[in-house]
Amino acid sequence: MSPIMNTLAFEDFSPGPLGRFGPRHVTAEEIRAFAAEFDPQPMHLDEEAASRSMLKGLAGSGWHLCSIIMRMMFDGFVGRTASLGSPGVNELRWLAPFRPGDDITLDVEVVEARASRSRPTTGIVTLRAVASNASGQALCEMVSPIIVLRRDEAATG
Amino acid sequence: MHFFEDIKVGQRRELGSFTFTADGIKAFAAKFDPQRFHLDEEEGRKSLFGGLAASGWHVGSACMKLLVADGQRQASEAAARGEKVAVWGPSPGFRELRWIRPVLAGDTISFASEIESLRTSSSKPQWGILEARNTGANQRGEPVFSMLAIAFVPRRSSTA
Repeated sequence: MSPIMNTLAFEDFSPGPLGRFGPRHVTAEEIRAFAAEFDPQPMHLDEEAASRSMLKGLAGSGWHLCSIIMRMMFDGFVGRTASLGSPGVNELRWLAPFRPGDDITLDVEVVEARASRSRPTTGIVTLRAVASNASGQALCEMVSPIIVLRRDEAATG
Repeated sequence: MHFFEDIKVGQRRELGSFTFTADGIKAFAAKFDPQRFHLDEEEGRKSLFGGLAASGWHVGSACMKLLVADGQRQASEAAARGEKVAVWGPSPGFRELRWIRPVLAGDTISFASEIESLRTSSSKPQWGILEARNTGANQRGEPVFSMLAIAFVPRRSSTA
């Protein structure tokens, strides 16, 4: 198989639904391990302290959920996209806590795809991603652009 | 941690620094963001980043780590003075996150947080809402990271 044929280029993205990815199962051990390294607040580490917190039970760090969303986007399409990376995140909302045992599904849509003026070999694809749990409750919504090579560049590059 | 009434626009806290090692960058990327420029030095050099670059989510998570440590430091200082410690609510999210420059293996990023706006909530009178600009700069003083974080902070009057 040619890697070129498998690679998504800027021209492959147009406004509308891109796909549903997952589910990705999350364990209590993963939640505690991420929190211990990057977000050691009691509600992410300790059942007893978490039950007394506003989150009413052990819940994962919001940055852990962001990182899981990134991995789900990589596995879903970014890994086979001629992506040069992302300049940032326009907006991100943590809507509900994610819990040990959650199976997370990610719905991604293309909000906008436009050619880059400053870097004409690329385009900017703005994505909206919504992560939900198994009962369909939205946990996190983010809007973020990625920079993607145009077809000619992806083929030669 | 402070109560809403104790916080003023423009207050800035230096949060400390975090060094991104090649091993740390690769370990985070292998779990969460295995794009080639986050996993391999040579691929990083060939990319827009010009070297093995940390995942942007690794940079954001490192900023969170330092924010939590700073909050815990402030809370223990307040407790030592015999003051009541404010417990902040969970964050509803953030806006305007910018990965301004790549964070490369060996870089040490110093983070800071500055209060940008404060308002009370009409629907949740016991809470105030603040926006803080969290930023990171590398060892050459170049900005690499910026985000506008949103937080719910308890009002002192609600606990009186």
